[in-house]
Amino acid sequence: MEAVPVLSIFAENKPGKLEKITEVLAKEGINILGFSIVSVKDFGVIKFLVDKPEKAYQKFKERGFTVAKVPCLGIELEDRPGGLYEVVKLISSKEINIESALVYVAETRKKAYFVFEVEDLDSAWEKLKGEGANFLRASDFIKE
Amino acid sequence: MEKRYFNPKIELLPREELGALQLKKLKKIINKVYKRVPHYRKKFEEAGVKPSHLKTLEDIRHFPFTTKEDLFVDYPFGLLAEPLEKVVRLHTSSGTTGKPKALFFSRKDVMAQAELIARSLVMSGATSGDILQNSMTYGLFTGALVMHYGAELLGMLVIPAGPGNTERQIELMRTFGTTCIHMTPSYALYVASLIQEKGLKPGKDLKLKRAYLGAEPYTEETRRKIEEMLKVDVFNCYGLSEMGGPGVGFECPVKEGLHLWEDAFLVEIVNPENGEPVKPGEVGELVLTSLNREAMPLIRYRTRDLTRFIPEPCSCGRTHVRIARILGRADDMFIVRGVNIFPQQIEGVLMGIKGVAQNYQIILEGYDEMTVKVEIDRDFFDGRIERLLKLKEEITEKLRQAIQVRPKVELVEPGTLPVSEGKAKRVIDKRTL
Repeated sequence: MEAVPVLSIFAENKPGKLEKITEVLAKEGINILGFSIVSVKDFGVIKFLVDKPEKAYQKFKERGFTVAKVPCLGIELEDRPGGLYEVVKLISSKEINIESALVYVAETRKKAYFVFEVEDLDSAWEKLKGEGANFLRASDFIKE
Repeated sequence: MEKRYFNPKIELLPREELGALQLKKLKKIINKVYKRVPHYRKKFEEAGVKPSHLKTLEDIRHFPFTTKEDLFVDYPFGLLAEPLEKVVRLHTSSGTTGKPKALFFSRKDVMAQAELIARSLVMSGATSGDILQNSMTYGLFTGALVMHYGAELLGMLVIPAGPGNTERQIELMRTFGTTCIHMTPSYALYVASLIQEKGLKPGKDLKLKRAYLGAEPYTEETRRKIEEMLKVDVFNCYGLSEMGGPGVGFECPVKEGLHLWEDAFLVEIVNPENGEPVKPGEVGELVLTSLNREAMPLIRYRTRDLTRFIPEPCSCGRTHVRIARILGRADDMFIVRGVNIFPQQIEGVLMGIKGVAQNYQIILEGYDEMTVKVEIDRDFFDGRIERLLKLKEEITEKLRQAIQVRPKVELVEPGTLPVSEGKAKRVIDKRTL
């Protein structure tokens, strides 16, 4: 299975929280490839696709953050009108529910991936793997 | 051979003889305060009772209660039943406002309370070979010093660590092989979480066997959590400075309620509203009369602590009565939207939910709005927001069922709520009426 690790951090909705989180990545020289922020009133979850996920995970843990690694699937998007539409159409045609998603632009104006989280990763992979989509591989972006 | 009882004669005394002993002591002490303490004489006269009216233990019902307010009459020495020359120790108990309660002890009082502690420690299985790290506050508070004297009387090695400086606490435990600890339950949770964070393995890196936890009420769930985290037996201990500090009540290994040492205290449980005795097993306010106290005996003292009798005889063989763990302090109670709520009810619910860490806080504000802030368990977080939303919903619903009020629940990161290294401050009331 071509799953890629996305880091997920639990954060209270307070000023300066995102600053503290991104500071960890900046100080450790970890590059953010894509991110998403979901907030529900008093707390939120911030997700990152990074080039050194294992190191980032350890550093967040060491500094007392509440962090988890979530395996996701990434499908290549075409950079033209309807590019995202076609990917999500494929996913929904398989009755797969997207729980969260972020976009990773691998090459500006050339190559991007829709990276998404589902409840049952194995079954989603089984349904999608034969559909001719280009999946993002961990080895495509991880440098550790 | 391991000693099972510190004072077997008294601890196993048949109930009938225990009652006779209590009556003898009670008559003596009622006489003494009537003769020597003007405030008690006045109270007895106002209630129309004389020491000679006391024929049976039940007759105590006709005598007036002593309340916190009585301790401030003729303050600070007014309730002394002995001349100051016989007094060797002052302890105070923090009042919420103003002057602290002043409690005085003679040398005999100090040693009598130490014996109650020694009995209790032996009851828990401790011997003179044990090492007690005493992490209660030394000083005006009775908690640490009284335990200290009792543990020394038993012959334990006492490490007078005092509270706080948790790094050092853990270092002491490792260096000296501490086997028993004495602290508040909220601090024990904090210490346990730091031990976990450091990657230390209780049972391997630490030699802890028993934890004596008291000075604030806690639930069975909290006990189990601490026992699991520290790999210890937790014994609930109960006391109050007015009755000499810790050692008033203590759990035996059966861990179903606390034995109150009845040769030292006459125990009643009354309806907090009208002062009438409750039915056996019914919850009410604990009322204690000190039977041994020489310097400052208190008659029918209203503890404000809520509990109930456990009437069945205990399988440990001790004949002294048992009470349930303290269910709350009448003063801790707060009212939200007309409903009486105890912090312990909230704690009980939270500790039973998977995904919740140790700490919580109750905030009351605005127009009777109640917010419960709950720390999530670091290991519970799997990155999914749905799981957090479900947890929040579960907490809200279970709290609503338990307290009949639907609170606002906020999930916060572990380690972000303040931990008081002493009595836990769980309720913040910002309401202005």
